[in-house]
Amino acid sequence: MNKTLYIAFLFFFLLFLQVLVLNNVLFLGYINPYLYIAFVFLYPVRNNRFPFLFLSFLLGLCVDAFSNLGGVNAFSILFIAYIRVFFIRTIFRKTSSELSTFNLKLETFDKVFNYVALLTLIHHFLLFTLINFGFSNFTNVLLNTIFSTVFTLILYFLGSFIFSKKDS
Amino acid sequence: MQQLIYFFQKYKYFLFFLFLEIIAVALIINNHSFHRSKFISSTNFITGGIQEKTSNISEYMNLKSQNKLLSEENTRLKNLLQQYNTIIDSVTLTQKNDSIFKQKFSFVNGKITSNNYTTPFNFLTVNRGSKNGLKKEMAVVNSKGIIGITDNVSGSYARVQSILNKNSKINARFKNGFHFGTLIWDGKNTNIVQLTDIPRQATYNVGDTIITGGKSTIFPEGILIGTVANVPDKITASNTIDIKLFNDMTNLGYVDIIISLDKEEIKTLQNKPNE
Repeated sequence: MNKTLYIAFLFFFLLFLQVLVLNNVLFLGYINPYLYIAFVFLYPVRNNRFPFLFLSFLLGLCVDAFSNLGGVNAFSILFIAYIRVFFIRTIFRKTSSELSTFNLKLETFDKVFNYVALLTLIHHFLLFTLINFGFSNFTNVLLNTIFSTVFTLILYFLGSFIFSKKDS
Repeated sequence: MQQLIYFFQKYKYFLFFLFLEIIAVALIINNHSFHRSKFISSTNFITGGIQEKTSNISEYMNLKSQNKLLSEENTRLKNLLQQYNTIIDSVTLTQKNDSIFKQKFSFVNGKITSNNYTTPFNFLTVNRGSKNGLKKEMAVVNSKGIIGITDNVSGSYARVQSILNKNSKINARFKNGFHFGTLIWDGKNTNIVQLTDIPRQATYNVGDTIITGGKSTIFPEGILIGTVANVPDKITASNTIDIKLFNDMTNLGYVDIIISLDKEEIKTLQNKPNE
């Protein structure tokens, strides 16, 4: 598939999935999956990182616009988008020359799980801290982070399992 | 100069990252201040339009409860009308002219198109805007009680700062006395808000009704808020009690926006310098 088309499709699909469906889930009252960060995992690794950083920021900003949160989603998704390359280097042990051929589908499950889980945890922690905007109710922030991370991870791996079956 | 270019070359991604993060932080801080204009919010043309479409669809899910609310309000209004009829019968009309015809507030009906209640700083969007005469700082209520205050108005949408927002401070009092306090929210439970700074002389029991105080120009006096949920054992410095709301803030449909007609007059009077 054409790469640019794939990225545009991914952008709008994840945006509308998040704001129209997933923001209304509110499992047990407050646990919400934030699946739009799959954009960071699925965007192909390239030498020029400017489009990737900018599109991640824009996706976060669009999600914010729909949920009246200022710029908290934009901040958190940009943060994990920036640190993504360091995680790929350490977890998958890639040198900078191997990065351009890196593909998440060709890696073993345990490494992929570590990579996705760590980035999701960092994103959710930042997100809930910024939403809370203060240090009161900090236990709530931690609980929200843990439950929502588990929820997001379940949805992400279910989704990737279903779509990978279709390809083969 | 060479060194500077080399520096930019080396850290170009980090600098770009920093630049975007600063924009995000500025937007977050901007979102927490009440009186500034906002760019990233649900009142603009695209997000407001999409949310209205989706709320039109999801409206069908709670038609039943909304119908029940409307019929309850109908009954209440019919009762009121009967009371007025008896007043008109027994008392001479000239005495009542003022309270019936000199209207201080007018109502605009509207519909909530998006509702947040999971964060400590919640906002709603309503499908009425400056075209319908809305401005900043107008009260939003429904038949069960208060909902919030408008804080950002575009052509045909307005953003409402919910009472479930840590920045909200609303004057409120007991229905059976004139002791008043400030209504705030601690960000924990969507059913429970707090009434703080109550005078120590005030006496209250569990189940007492709380209404708006009428000390501000935004809310008219006597709009329902909730009932006292529990009475603390000893009085603390801030003297705070929990209030259980009449409204279910997680399930809102049709609302009324209150336009205060005397607001400008009161504001100019209060802002007059001492002579």
